[in-house]
Amino acid sequence: MDKLWLIIKREYLTRVKRRAFIIATLLTPLAFAVFFVVVGLIFQYESDDTRRIAIIDEGNVLEKSIKDEKNLYFKFVNVELQVLRDNFDEFDYDGILVIPKVKDLMSKNYTVYYYSDKQPTLDIESLIRERVREGVKDYKIAALHLDPVQLEALDTKVALEPEPIDEMGQDASKLTGAIAAGIGGLMGVIMYIVVFIYGMMVMRSVMEEKTSRIVEVMISSVRPFQLMLGKIIGVGAVGLTQVAIWAILIPTVVLATSLVFGFDSDTQMQMAQSSPGAAEINPEDAEAMIALAIEEFNSLNWWTILPLFIFYFLGGYFLYASLFAAVGSAMGDDLGEGQSLTIPITIPVVIAFYIMIVAVQAPNSSLAVWSSIFPLFSPIVMPARLAFHPPLWEVLASAIVLAASSIFFVWLSGRIYRVGILMYGKKVTLKELGKWMFYRD
Amino acid sequence: MSSSILSLDNIVKTYDKNVAVDGVSFEVPKGSIFGLLGPNGAGKTSLIRIITTITRADTGTVLLDGEKLNSRHPEQIGYMPEERGLYRKMKVGEHLLYLARLKGLSKEQAKQQIQHWFEKFEIEDWWNKKVEELSKGMQQKIQFIATVVHEPKLLILDEPFSGLDPVNTNLIKDEIHQLHNQGVSIIFSTHRMEQVEEVCEHIVLINKGRNVLEGKVKDIKDQFKRNRFQIDYEGTLPAGLEQRADIVEQSGHSITIQVDEEGRSNELLQYLLQNGVFVIAFNEILPSLNEIFIRQVKSK
Repeated sequence: MDKLWLIIKREYLTRVKRRAFIIATLLTPLAFAVFFVVVGLIFQYESDDTRRIAIIDEGNVLEKSIKDEKNLYFKFVNVELQVLRDNFDEFDYDGILVIPKVKDLMSKNYTVYYYSDKQPTLDIESLIRERVREGVKDYKIAALHLDPVQLEALDTKVALEPEPIDEMGQDASKLTGAIAAGIGGLMGVIMYIVVFIYGMMVMRSVMEEKTSRIVEVMISSVRPFQLMLGKIIGVGAVGLTQVAIWAILIPTVVLATSLVFGFDSDTQMQMAQSSPGAAEINPEDAEAMIALAIEEFNSLNWWTILPLFIFYFLGGYFLYASLFAAVGSAMGDDLGEGQSLTIPITIPVVIAFYIMIVAVQAPNSSLAVWSSIFPLFSPIVMPARLAFHPPLWEVLASAIVLAASSIFFVWLSGRIYRVGILMYGKKVTLKELGKWMFYRD
Repeated sequence: MSSSILSLDNIVKTYDKNVAVDGVSFEVPKGSIFGLLGPNGAGKTSLIRIITTITRADTGTVLLDGEKLNSRHPEQIGYMPEERGLYRKMKVGEHLLYLARLKGLSKEQAKQQIQHWFEKFEIEDWWNKKVEELSKGMQQKIQFIATVVHEPKLLILDEPFSGLDPVNTNLIKDEIHQLHNQGVSIIFSTHRMEQVEEVCEHIVLINKGRNVLEGKVKDIKDQFKRNRFQIDYEGTLPAGLEQRADIVEQSGHSITIQVDEEGRSNELLQYLLQNGVFVIAFNEILPSLNEIFIRQVKSK
């Protein structure tokens, strides 16, 4: 035990004290902050390019009224289109908008014409379409003698409020699904990254010990299994340290920069709206939704989710890191040669990642359920489902299978490792790795 | 208490279908410098890994100081493998401290020991140097300290001089002799015979996983001597010499002959003197270990 502890301590301290580790740990939150600031500034940036557009309203559809926008001015003119086009440069307009008569009040289609020496930019185009749509709507209401209030009432907003069958069950709001998906997706991605970064770290470290020929010196003092386990635990502790630091620093730094740079909720709203699918939310709804989201977020059972997340973190890490250690022990001085051996490990991780993406959308599908019990997938898939309140038996089954498999894989990898680290100058195949498991000590 | 620090009895070790060690037995007397010899691939390293508890024998027993090998024994053994290295990024002091503590020393004991060796090698200012900053020769010194820092009863050196320059070779040789004088038993594994002849008292010769020869160096040489004598002389040799002995080699006023029995050398010398040959030197030629080694390996 003492020796295992010495190994863990060395593996942990040599990494944590390394300059590269300190820099990466501190710079990553800073990079987040920089990204946040840059994106914020981009969204705050307003075009200083003033544009003037002449409107020829042939049917008086807009009744000489259209709202100006910042840096964008409209002017109704009573000049022939041809005259304007001929003297385009002298009039100093950026574009001419021709609004023809509305010929058919019952038609849904309507076309306006924009003349310019430049292509209309996307924002101008959508702004003009929106303004004309509103104008034409008002024009049609007036021409058809409709009641605007009644019309407004026709546009019914439907909300779906999930309610439990069992009265004691958890009352979910309409946002529960989305919040859970967000948190689940985030956890899945973190697990995916953790398995790769720290698993690879273990593999590289095993290879280094082998190629630097320290390993035989080491195992004349400790058992190979102790050395491997110590390394896995040490690197895992490094991973937990790094993730914990990030979990504190990243939100702090992002919050701090948003305060310093004074990004208000409008900017954030704009950022949110810029993401696809979020375009049609109006600000008031959005504010209510954010409040609801925060409430929803707080109502999640974090005292269950976080410990389980750490459990899956450890289980998944031990399982994959031990496999990476086994492969690292089989690799010789030639990194490229052994690379193919890592493929059987990376494939399940990548598949699990894709299953996770699907599982977040359909958390109770049989694919999601069975993948969260299968130990090679569960460390990535199950954390993604935790926020959806999976049934207890599924969590238990998944946790027990994962714990047992982690122990099994650590043991199995230990058997490969003890042979691999002493094997030099031999090209190793998967079949050979399999044989090593059955070698006697 | 047994008189052997190490005794191996009928050790067998197979990897897959490949028999690496096939029934090897020998004893290493306490306090001796013992040569474990054999060509490459003979099974030396496999045997050493069994002795150092890195692997286990399939069958057979190993006794260290009369006790069956167990997990506490690595702390009594100092092993310098042929494939050896250090953590390049670690500081020399920390590194030695780490290896010493893995051998069961307390932090204080370890520091004391390391200090002692640093003074001995006059490298007191190396504690904070990184291993990768050291030259290869310097690293070998650290490697040697790491092997002996926990004051092992049994020292196993696998090709200890490979990659060493003459200065460091002598330094390590001196240290080996000093440790020997302090009563440490030393197993010295190599295929370089001239080194064995210099330092070892006992040897075992392994080939293809079996031991083919074992004993004191002097006894083995006696056993393999072929009653050859080199004679330096003046005058002319009598014509009847060829009937009395085989002439192996003849050049100028020197001749090498072989007689069929040990006592015949006296008769031969008498015969030469009676026949008026002026004998300047008369030496028995003992075979070198190298010769014996090659003869044994080829014949089996």
